[in-house]
Amino acid sequence: MEWEVVIGLETHAQLSTKSKIFSGAATAYGAAPNSQACLVDLGFPGQLPVLNKEAVRMAVKFGLAIGAEIGMRSVFARKNYFYPDLPKGYQISQFELPIVGKGEINVVQEDASTKTVGITRAHLEEDAGKSMHEGFAAHSGIDLNRAGTPLIEIVTEPDMRSAKEAIAYAKKLHGLLIYLEICDGNMQEGSFRCDANVSLRPKGQEEFGTRAEIKNINSFRFMEKAINFEIERQQEILEDGGVIVQETRLYDSDKDETRSMRSKEEANDYRYFPDPDLLPVELEESFVEGVRKTLPELPDVKRQRFVDEFALSDYDATILTDSRPLADYYEAVVAVCKEPKLAANWVMGDFSASLNKDDKDLADSPVNAEMLGGMLIRIKDNTISGKIAKTVFEAMWAGEGDVDTIVEAKGLKQVTDAGAIEALVDEVIANNAGQVEAYKGGKEQLFGFFVGQVMKASKGKANPAMVNELLKKRLA
Amino acid sequence: MHNKSLAELANGLQAREFSSEELTSSLLDRLEEKNSELNAFVTITREEALTQARAADEKIASGDAGPLTGVPIAQKDIFCTKGVKTSCGSKMLDKFISPYDAHVVENCNDAGLVMLGKTNMDEFAMGSSNETSYYGTVKNPWNLDCVPGGSSGGSAAAVAARLVPAATGTDTGGSIRQPASLCGITGIKPTYGRVSRYGMIAFASSLDQGGVFTQNAEDAALMLGVMAGFDTRDSTSLDRPVPNYAATLNDSMAGLKIGLPKEYFSDGLEAGTAAVVQAAIKEYEKLGAEVVEISLPNSALAIPTYYVIAPAECSSNLSRFDGVRYGYRSDNVTDLESLYVNSRSEGFGAEVKRRIMIGTYALSAGYYDAYYIKAQKMRRLISDDFEQAFKKVDVIMGPTAPSPAFKIGAKTDDPVSMYLSDLYTGAVNLAGLPGMSIPAGFDNGLPVGLQLIGNYFDEARLLNVAHQFQQATDFHKKSPSAYA
Amino acid sequence: MSIEDSDIKKIAHLARISIAEEDIPGYATELTNIMAWVEQMNAVDTDHIEPMAHPLHAVQRLRDDVVSEPDLREAAQAIAPETEAGLYLVPKVIE
Repeated sequence: MEWEVVIGLETHAQLSTKSKIFSGAATAYGAAPNSQACLVDLGFPGQLPVLNKEAVRMAVKFGLAIGAEIGMRSVFARKNYFYPDLPKGYQISQFELPIVGKGEINVVQEDASTKTVGITRAHLEEDAGKSMHEGFAAHSGIDLNRAGTPLIEIVTEPDMRSAKEAIAYAKKLHGLLIYLEICDGNMQEGSFRCDANVSLRPKGQEEFGTRAEIKNINSFRFMEKAINFEIERQQEILEDGGVIVQETRLYDSDKDETRSMRSKEEANDYRYFPDPDLLPVELEESFVEGVRKTLPELPDVKRQRFVDEFALSDYDATILTDSRPLADYYEAVVAVCKEPKLAANWVMGDFSASLNKDDKDLADSPVNAEMLGGMLIRIKDNTISGKIAKTVFEAMWAGEGDVDTIVEAKGLKQVTDAGAIEALVDEVIANNAGQVEAYKGGKEQLFGFFVGQVMKASKGKANPAMVNELLKKRLA
Repeated sequence: MHNKSLAELANGLQAREFSSEELTSSLLDRLEEKNSELNAFVTITREEALTQARAADEKIASGDAGPLTGVPIAQKDIFCTKGVKTSCGSKMLDKFISPYDAHVVENCNDAGLVMLGKTNMDEFAMGSSNETSYYGTVKNPWNLDCVPGGSSGGSAAAVAARLVPAATGTDTGGSIRQPASLCGITGIKPTYGRVSRYGMIAFASSLDQGGVFTQNAEDAALMLGVMAGFDTRDSTSLDRPVPNYAATLNDSMAGLKIGLPKEYFSDGLEAGTAAVVQAAIKEYEKLGAEVVEISLPNSALAIPTYYVIAPAECSSNLSRFDGVRYGYRSDNVTDLESLYVNSRSEGFGAEVKRRIMIGTYALSAGYYDAYYIKAQKMRRLISDDFEQAFKKVDVIMGPTAPSPAFKIGAKTDDPVSMYLSDLYTGAVNLAGLPGMSIPAGFDNGLPVGLQLIGNYFDEARLLNVAHQFQQATDFHKKSPSAYA
Repeated sequence: MSIEDSDIKKIAHLARISIAEEDIPGYATELTNIMAWVEQMNAVDTDHIEPMAHPLHAVQRLRDDVVSEPDLREAAQAIAPETEAGLYLVPKVIE
């Protein structure tokens, strides 16, 4: 039987506020255990939550960015369950009336086609603390620094049909949150976490199959592995005539498998009810409009502008606007060199490849926009050829200085002296009398051979256009 | 000295008739002696009190004192007090030394009031008789075989026995007004949000409200002026100025429209109590007030409604008591589950567990709409009844409790009969209105209270109405002979 | 509505409260009686009534995003049942 994969994602993104969603404790990552857990976060008797305005602002910003309905009246509810990292015995979340309603996100796939992923809702909630299992014999240690950190939980429709689509969406969302400056996107630190709901159904069937929710996916690479593992697991069960159990499964990256989380299974009656310690959040139109004014140019708008302003292909513009840092970098390079197409080729090409190869963030790139733009100017003004530029770029990446320093130090300056090139051309013609004969006899494809020989003789430094021109003249 | 009212003691201190240290020390001596029979206090803070009293005396001497500086009071053990045990009447918090002060406590400290100790109460304020406290039943000073009412029974008994001139309380379904009635003193529960809930250990967050017990309305006006006020740490705190409650105490009763809900004078009300309440109403007529019969059609359903909403909220509010970060942890722990279950089962008493069970049930899948949502809709109707009534009248009056104090143990085996002690008080919390109980007379030697219910934010009028009655009567001056 | 022994066990588990096996039938009867009394509410038609979660018609106030709370670990953990290296200890959590 042929199966169709159905995936929906729930993403928890930490909002980059200074203080927690309901308390004045700091949210900075990496502090000493429990040093950033105040009495509200610890759930002390008599302590009460007061909502952080910035968390509300950020959630609204996200809603506006995806064209969603903004919940002008939203309500916080308690989700009740016992767990050591949940100090009050309930999580303050939103249930019936979330702050962000339906919206959508357009995701460009690998094949350059665009897929629209429906956003069901996004709501504000507080994060839980962390349980440490290592280092204690029979105990777990509880650190509540993270408890109360603001989260926006973004829930999609079951719109994705493969692990690749799910990852493309997750990357797009990740980029968008960073674009909006509402989440730092740091996946190692848990700022952006995805749970995937995966199910299978026979191709052509409308009704959804039973799904499993996979938790603990903390990188894009693991997301692909976890989802594909889960697809295979479910397919095997279904093909053996079995049934899928609706459950929560944990992805174990060490073993590359998902396994059932029994601990989460028993208590699934969360008894949501409106939190009586908090009043309904009612937004004024002016507040929402104020947030709208702070929206940066959104990726899709930026992409169109890149097409219009820089005459880039739709594909190039999409890649360059995929993340805000990359788009900003590209624009900075263009500003230096005024060569949009050349800049696009280099930013998407050698530059991105080098980042990937060294697993570096753009912010940590050894070649800044000034340096890359400077190098492109030197290509444009014929100081170096495109080919030599690759050598120069590698040297810049290795920290050997800017383009002029490297060209000088390595003697890579392009030869544009017509006399010098003429001498080389003459030499090549003299040394290859047979080929000259054949060329003149009509074997015109030999022209490339002569160009190659001249370039080789110049150690790659001769200006290719001049070589062409002089060769044509000599061989005429 | 112990018979003096709060205002009289304040005046005496200002006039240097006695020092706060002398007053504090004398009240402490009496309190320590009498408390052994009344069990009104869980903790007596002698040393801290004397330190506060000396500081108050210095302020009075240097002219930095406020009007109430140096006056001793007691705090209900539901209010967090920094460095002092805050038990909430529960084994769960028997060793809980709060690291911070409640807003009410901060305000009292700022006013220079001297805290003599923390008063006994029903466990987590769940009870109408003070029999659910981990620290044992509080006795009614009028008859030691009777309950003082609850949940703020320790505070009520303490003021009734003149151990302190004022004691704070909290009222979720009647927990200030009902014990005030049963102990023959004045008690006020202001509008929901008037007194900050910060540091007041939550029972049912949408119903809980702090207030105070005193001998009379004038003292209540002074105390409420100290306790009330906006607090940014409580999202439900009212951001509006606190009026000078004492300024309007002497306004005339002429033309005041009093509404008597016919439903408050029907089934369930004992004849002796009814007679006292009717007589009190007559007194108001003599003072020039006009009495109209009104209807609060959903009154009878207030308590069933309350017994869904309050337990639902409490079931969630009390989840934080899990033996992990503070409070009681069972010795019998083998795994995470037994840590939770045994700490909670050993740390909570029977009534608290019962209400957690009711609330958990009412919120659970399949029952949420039938109980919780239904109760919230009833809450709207009950609130609307009051809204309609206050279009016609200035204040609503009736009995505070259906009967005077009952015998200890009389209702412990029948939760519903105990719950009906709040028959006339619970609706006021559902609506969030201010309410008072004032001494109105006696039935068989036990005090009976008159309940006054005001419109939102109308505490000043309630205090004025109460004060005018007390100018014309002297029920509030009576104290149990054993504590005279 | 009659509350069965199995309901009592389920609720007790959700609430993390233990009720001795022999007390369960009595508990079920008591809760059944209380809920039956509560169900008097059903006499009133509330079909078109908006549920009321809160007595005030107020809306949530918003706090400025300012770090105001200092490190309180020492004071908070002074009254904790069991801590080590700044962490609260619980029996091993199995996920």
